[in-house]
Amino acid sequence: MATADEIIAARGELTREQLIPLLQEIQEAEGFVSQAAMSRLAEALRTPVSRVYGVATFYNQFRFAPLGEHVIQVCRGTACHVKESLALAQHLKRRLKLRDDGSSADGRFTIISVACLGACSIAPVIKLDGEFYGHLTVERLDALLDEVEAGAEAAA
Amino acid sequence: MSITINGKEIDVAANETVLQTARRAGIDIPHLCSLDWAPSPSASCRLCVVEVEGLPRLQTSCSLEARDGMSVQTHTPRILKARRAILELLIASHPQDCLTCVRAGGCELAVLAGDLGVRERRYVGAVKEHPIDISSPSLWRDPNKCVLCGRCVTMCHSVQGIGAIDFVGRGFQTRVAPGFSVGLNVSDCVYCGQCARVCPTGAIVERSHVEGVVAALADPDTVVVAQVAPAVPATLLERRTKTQDVHTMLERLAGALKHVGFDAVFDTSFAADVTVMEEATELLERIQDNGVLPMFTSCSPAWVHFVETHRPDLIPHLSTCKSPQQMAGALIKEIYPAYAGLGDKRLVVVSIMPCTAKKFEAQEQTGVDYVLTTRELDALWGRFGVDLAHFAEPAPLDAPFAQASGAGRLFAGSGGVMEAAVRTAHKLVTGHELEGGPRVNEARGSEGARHFTIAAAGVDLNLAVVNGLGRLQETLDDLLAGDPPVHFVEVMSCPGGCVGGGGQPYDTDGDAVHERLERLYDADKRSSLRTSHDNADVRALYEDVLGRPLGEVAHRLLHREYVDRRPAVDSVSV
Ligand code: SF4
Ligand code: SF4
Ligand code: FES
Repeated sequence: MATADEIIAARGELTREQLIPLLQEIQEAEGFVSQAAMSRLAEALRTPVSRVYGVATFYNQFRFAPLGEHVIQVCRGTACHVKESLALAQHLKRRLKLRDDGSSADGRFTIISVACLGACSIAPVIKLDGEFYGHLTVERLDALLDEVEAGAEAAA
Repeated sequence: MSITINGKEIDVAANETVLQTARRAGIDIPHLCSLDWAPSPSASCRLCVVEVEGLPRLQTSCSLEARDGMSVQTHTPRILKARRAILELLIASHPQDCLTCVRAGGCELAVLAGDLGVRERRYVGAVKEHPIDISSPSLWRDPNKCVLCGRCVTMCHSVQGIGAIDFVGRGFQTRVAPGFSVGLNVSDCVYCGQCARVCPTGAIVERSHVEGVVAALADPDTVVVAQVAPAVPATLLERRTKTQDVHTMLERLAGALKHVGFDAVFDTSFAADVTVMEEATELLERIQDNGVLPMFTSCSPAWVHFVETHRPDLIPHLSTCKSPQQMAGALIKEIYPAYAGLGDKRLVVVSIMPCTAKKFEAQEQTGVDYVLTTRELDALWGRFGVDLAHFAEPAPLDAPFAQASGAGRLFAGSGGVMEAAVRTAHKLVTGHELEGGPRVNEARGSEGARHFTIAAAGVDLNLAVVNGLGRLQETLDDLLAGDPPVHFVEVMSCPGGCVGGGGQPYDTDGDAVHERLERLYDADKRSSLRTSHDNADVRALYEDVLGRPLGEVAHRLLHREYVDRRPAVDSVSV
């Protein structure tokens, strides 16, 4: 997969307008935007690192830490909220000892809050590694996580 | 061209904003996000709104060009109401520790609240919980006190060309921070303090050394001496003191410092004279021996830090001279204990500087223990009840470094190191003084970069003065590739030189800086001693202690080495 350096090099002549598209492309390729990538970008665009970082943090779409093995998207839309998706989010936070960057203490899980997953009929809903899981309760969520963790151990 | 403000006709200058025109006419329109010398890049705070005839909506006067025939109202009930609403929202989430804030008594935000009649908090917003950054030896940042006006960002990016800090995040979490939200000490910051000089609140302030100084003064086993940079008296003359003379002010300042317990007070300009001797000799040696040219001055610690952290490839170009602050410190510590018979008492050297980067320098080198900025002096006066405007008990500067030349004083302004060095270099090369008097007009002025040539004994010295780090980066390539090659470049980090330094009084208009420069020129003109090489105390110092410029002792006490401080590339990867 293309690295930040290759992505920057591929663009040839650079202007500051390309900052956001480049950030997007780097995130696409690497899963997140690393400090190293932002430093390279700053150099290539001849703009201070603080400006690159400032722009990147202004947009919610950018992540600054790598994704864990398992990605859980928690829907925080209205329908799910009414069905207490907040309790699910809080439970995940406690159980996985979530760090500030949204990943679990062991780095294996990454939790992303999403405005709406578009599956309101099965609210409250999460998406785990691309699969929808609906009508969730804290107990069912626990069972699901147990399964994922057990699966990882079995594979190991 | 003229516009009408509140019914009165007022002439406008070219490219002026309505805010600026009004200010010249004595009408103060409140403004937070703009600086008086720069058009507002963001026009985001909206405190400066005015009514313009023919336009239904309120206009931001900081971004509104004054156009002939325009009619403007600045303080109607509608405007006052709008401004007040803005301010009320601004302070809704502001911390409540105003009584103990460093800016207590001088906070622009608090003054604005008073001016706009905000006398209670009607909205209480969520409390911000950003970490405070005390990582820098020069500056402390408390983002919770920040009103996001962006002045510091303007100074750091547009004026200084560094860009160490910027807006980070969005919404309620928005804050000003270095890239990656790291501490200032590991950011691109060069500690110039221009951000602090313009901050309206206590969100960026110098790292205070006041308590350390007060404790040293209270210790009977410690002898505390001060050295005062020439920019400081040139600035304190703004305090309704009845004199306008820099030297008189310096002696009054010495009197006040002794009153609060300092045992001796020295003039950093003395060390500037020593710097001239060393630096002029170094320059001529480099020219003679095909050394690395151009040679850049090394007096300005933010510039030195810039080289060490951003452009270590330029290290061979830096003069090896310590800054005058450190030369003075080294000389005081070497000579004064025996001279004054201090026995086993501890000696503490405090320097009074217009500069925040000097605090970093003091931490890295051994000559100086504490650095007080011009601003911090007020805390000292407050503690000991000194009213400087009326304090009229002068004291002479102390031996053995009592005398300073007019040239040494000029160090405080852009072009001053160059002018002083040219006076002495000419003498060293030709054996006689500059024809036409000591004044070097070409070095003076406020343009970003000034190039000129001085002929001395058949050699053309190609010289350049760079006024401010922002301008430096535009001209650096030309200076390095100069044809004919440039010999010597003066770089001062702050616009106007030390008189516009980051430790100087809070200020959003550049006017005072020009007045301070004029006072320095005046002090030089009136001095009976105009050249560093004729300073009798400097001569005595070379005879008794230093030997010759660049000699062994001079080398040990007055010169230094530089280090490549670029962060290792890997340290920034995740
Ligand atoms: S001290 Fe100078 S370089 Fe550092 S953040 Fe402030 S303005 Fe920028
Ligand atoms: S730190 Fe000060 S100058 Fe900078 S944005 Fe905040 S309030 Fe304005
Ligand atoms: S000063 Fe004009 S909008 Fe802030």
